[in-house]
Amino acid sequence: MAGSGLGGKYALIGMAESDVGIVPDKSPRELCVQVTLDAIRDAGLTLADVDGLITCNAFAEPIMYHAEAVAEYIGWQPRHCVTVNTGGGTTFMALNMAAAAIEAGMADTIVVAMADSLRSFMTREQAMVVQSSSGHPHYEQPYGPTVPAYYALIARAHMDEFGTTGEQFAEAAVSCRAWASQHPKAQMRDPISVEDVMNSRAIADPLKVLDCSLVSDGGAAVVITRQDRAKDGPHKPVTLLGYGEGHAYEHISQAKNLTTSAALQSGRAAYAEAGLAPADINLLQLYDCFTPALLIQIEDLGFCDKGEGGDWLASGISRPGGSKPLNTHGGMLSYCHPGNPGAMFGLTEAMTQMRGDAGKRQIEGISTALCHAQGGIMSSHATVILGVD
Amino acid sequence: MAKPLPRPTPTEQPFYDACARGELILQHCQHCGHVLFYPRTHCDACQSEQLVWQRASGAGVIASYTVVRRGVSADFEAPYVIALVDLVEGPRMMSQIVDVDFDALAVGLSVTVDFASWSEDITLPVFRLHPALDDDAS
Repeated sequence: MAGSGLGGKYALIGMAESDVGIVPDKSPRELCVQVTLDAIRDAGLTLADVDGLITCNAFAEPIMYHAEAVAEYIGWQPRHCVTVNTGGGTTFMALNMAAAAIEAGMADTIVVAMADSLRSFMTREQAMVVQSSSGHPHYEQPYGPTVPAYYALIARAHMDEFGTTGEQFAEAAVSCRAWASQHPKAQMRDPISVEDVMNSRAIADPLKVLDCSLVSDGGAAVVITRQDRAKDGPHKPVTLLGYGEGHAYEHISQAKNLTTSAALQSGRAAYAEAGLAPADINLLQLYDCFTPALLIQIEDLGFCDKGEGGDWLASGISRPGGSKPLNTHGGMLSYCHPGNPGAMFGLTEAMTQMRGDAGKRQIEGISTALCHAQGGIMSSHATVILGVD
Repeated sequence: MAKPLPRPTPTEQPFYDACARGELILQHCQHCGHVLFYPRTHCDACQSEQLVWQRASGAGVIASYTVVRRGVSADFEAPYVIALVDLVEGPRMMSQIVDVDFDALAVGLSVTVDFASWSEDITLPVFRLHPALDDDAS
């Protein structure tokens, strides 16, 4: 399977994050505007230097023409302007669409910006119902499944097939929290143990509340341009080396396989395009909406054999000091998870690490990173591999 | 927040009509033999439109399950069991397993269909454990 065909030609030259966690003082639209302008400034550019905008919609403040509304808000008439919606996978699909748009001559430099406020601009019940609305309206939702329940079905199937345990899922939450404890902005910073996870409130067996990602506010943006234009900026450019997608189904009840995901296809395509293998990856930024999702991605992206994700996590390899650092910002389990923008923070953290700006949690000698995101219930997947000189 | 209810399309209506009379029916593709669920206008194996409804046995096995401890809304009183059931005819469907001792649940156990009134107009298939089917197999 081929990747996007764009590998090595485009680079990320700017990035920005808003405050994250509980951010009641700005609406999702205002957060999106803020990170758009901040990312352009971070790239050493002005609005006049940028001619494309790609956003995703916000659950807490849906806008019919979202990207256009953000551009209008700041008096900008970009040449290319579009809203993308592929759930959690939006981040990297939008990134690849930006590269493709530049390749096609539709723009020269594009901002990809996303923000939402599930925590402060929705009630708890609204947030829960809007998320569970990913279920099929006729053949799933009437039975009352929650999003954790969908992932619990995946977890139970993995336990039954491979002997994976609840404690092994918990290791994913423990690892992410260990990293978050070193990040001053993380929403949850107190270190936790496997026992803490196992003793936390049961949500949908076998998942506990600490197996589930956070409900947050926040936004982030990145600026992408052609590699040859990227050299003059204030920061080391981060190159897109490879990209891949995989789309298996939309609804979990239509999954042919509950324990192997289309991350297998997206990963293979991205590795092939980058000319790299899992062993070459210095930093993993994966989509940890729920602990079993993270475990299955680790397997399907080739970091261990199928069925051995539990042992891999329990070995401590992903924690601070381990050889395969994973979600060094704390992931959606501990840093923040404002919904569709969730994976943006995996990307901005990878860029922070590759610029050498990660402070206390800096990984030494990092030259490659793999970022992965998924939409639906482990349904559609996007993998991007980044490199830095 | 009201309980989410299906609003059947004309294509789907026979399925819900059958549920209301206590029958589980599935579409069979006359072109390739595939048995479908959920109901569709086109076969999801060969895209043929030659689909014919047939009564299903109502038997299946649990492909996975979860005990939901925190309901999706006040309309769903937790705990309740959400399961994926592999019907003997082939398709997989999501449902609830009702009147069950949670400790007795396991992947691979046999279940059989029952029907529950979900609203004035809608009856849905639910499942119950059926140990006799597992005894026969062993």
